[in-house]
Amino acid sequence: MTSICNKYYWILLLLPLTFLCCKDAGFKPERIKGEQLQVDQNIQENQAIVDYIAPYKKSIDDQMNSILAYAPVSLSKKDSPYNTAIGNMMADAVFEMANPVFTSRTGYPFNAVLLNYGGIRATLNSGNITTKTAYELMPFENEVVVVELSGATMKKLFNYLAQGTAHPIAGMSLILNKDGSIKEHLIQGEPVVDNNTYFIATNDYLQQGGDNMTFLTNPISKLTLDYKVRNVLIDYFKKYDTIAPMRDKRFIKLEQ
Amino acid sequence: MKRRSFIQKSAAAGSLIGLSGVTMSALSLKAKKHITILHTNDVHSHIEPFDKNDPKFPNQGGVARRMTLIENVRKENPNTLLLDAGDIFQGTPYFNFYGGELEFKLMSMLKYDAATLGNHDFDNGIDGLYAQLPHADFQLLTANYDFSNTLMDGHTKPYNVFVKDGVKIGVFGLGIALDGLVNKRLYKETKYLDPVEIATDITQKLRSSENCDLVICLSHLGYDYKDPDRISDIKLASLTSGIDLIIGGHTHTFLEKPTIVQNKDGQFVLVNQVGWAGVNVGRIDFYLDDANNIESQATVIEV
Repeated sequence: MTSICNKYYWILLLLPLTFLCCKDAGFKPERIKGEQLQVDQNIQENQAIVDYIAPYKKSIDDQMNSILAYAPVSLSKKDSPYNTAIGNMMADAVFEMANPVFTSRTGYPFNAVLLNYGGIRATLNSGNITTKTAYELMPFENEVVVVELSGATMKKLFNYLAQGTAHPIAGMSLILNKDGSIKEHLIQGEPVVDNNTYFIATNDYLQQGGDNMTFLTNPISKLTLDYKVRNVLIDYFKKYDTIAPMRDKRFIKLEQ
Repeated sequence: MKRRSFIQKSAAAGSLIGLSGVTMSALSLKAKKHITILHTNDVHSHIEPFDKNDPKFPNQGGVARRMTLIENVRKENPNTLLLDAGDIFQGTPYFNFYGGELEFKLMSMLKYDAATLGNHDFDNGIDGLYAQLPHADFQLLTANYDFSNTLMDGHTKPYNVFVKDGVKIGVFGLGIALDGLVNKRLYKETKYLDPVEIATDITQKLRSSENCDLVICLSHLGYDYKDPDRISDIKLASLTSGIDLIIGGHTHTFLEKPTIVQNKDGQFVLVNQVGWAGVNVGRIDFYLDDANNIESQATVIEV
């Protein structure tokens, strides 16, 4: 019953419309086909494009291949648990290179550095360290941000680190008991005082809560240094002929 | 790859087929049309192919090869649109050294028709994006970023209507929420507007006032998320009506074939994304018929 009514309804409604709209009715897809085309070596390169890219490529290659320092051994973030030579190098580089920038603006230095394990994007191969190395280690544009944290928030920071991932740190230390609980956490060699505030250098990605470091998102104060982490590394590599960082005891877990 | 066909009939079609012979015979039907859409997303400054030792994409991608591929398709069908779904910038030293200049210049040489903006296109700030505009000989389409208090004001359009072989193709752009993804210092006073509301309004406008035959959304919202409340291309497709194709980006999703989603009115929408770094180009072919030819109320989708 209803279906018959519907039919009449449609005929009545559409019949005049069909005539009215003929001029502008346009087109309607009757068949749609979708596929994915691979861009691989079976496709010849367009020479005009290759030629257009060439001078840009040469300029980049020349700069990227300029030698900044030397690495006697290869370093990977997977070399050791809790703290790694490569992570220590990155955190130490931020501590050493960014602190003068921060001090020049504030009159006092920051206390410590916190980066993230995931932010070490490549291994550092033995041999010449070039500008390209810095780009491989840090392909992103993240920059150094210094946050002021309360003693209470610092404890959250240490609790976060106690989860065990070898996030690079400098200027602070953390010792875990065998069961993973915190035995000792120090900043600049001193215990954290609840009523003190601390200045921690990190990058803008983490400051905005990246890697769930939510304790960085609401600092007492914040200063962005306009200093990219990659440029920190480039400047650090320029400063030292040989890059041979070591694993140390800044973040460890006791065996017993 | 297994091909599947989907046939969609409009509710009215069945009852009107018998009628069409009478009403249509006196009218001259328009010729059938063929429109090809080529698309990329998240190319991320991958101008050269990946290294032949690359573990994931050995010797794949490269703009010079993409040019050849696109030229071949255009020879086959001149009625082709070339679109990009954002994150053109960031990922290789070409961006670090030249700030996106070469990416935009090459896209202009490849004759891209339009692109939308991804979050990484703000990586050098609003100023950095603005500085590269003279190199972009294609439309930047974004409907849900309000740039009125920024340098970009007036340099993007919410949508554009392209006419190919008499077929009107409305293309609009949608960007992702920038808060938490991009530093506020970079995107400044850019306001993010609700993509579903905007898509609803624009699609309505493209269909009714602009009389578009096809509506394409260039989206950088991301394909799909575990969080059911988070807007994605799949969700957008189901919450709107009148969109034929959503070309997505952001999530670097490799789809073997476009996903077919039913929209608010039960009509099919194609959602596609082709990974990242220019290792693939998506191709969607629309074969269109006169809208008055009621015999063709059914749409066959081959994916």
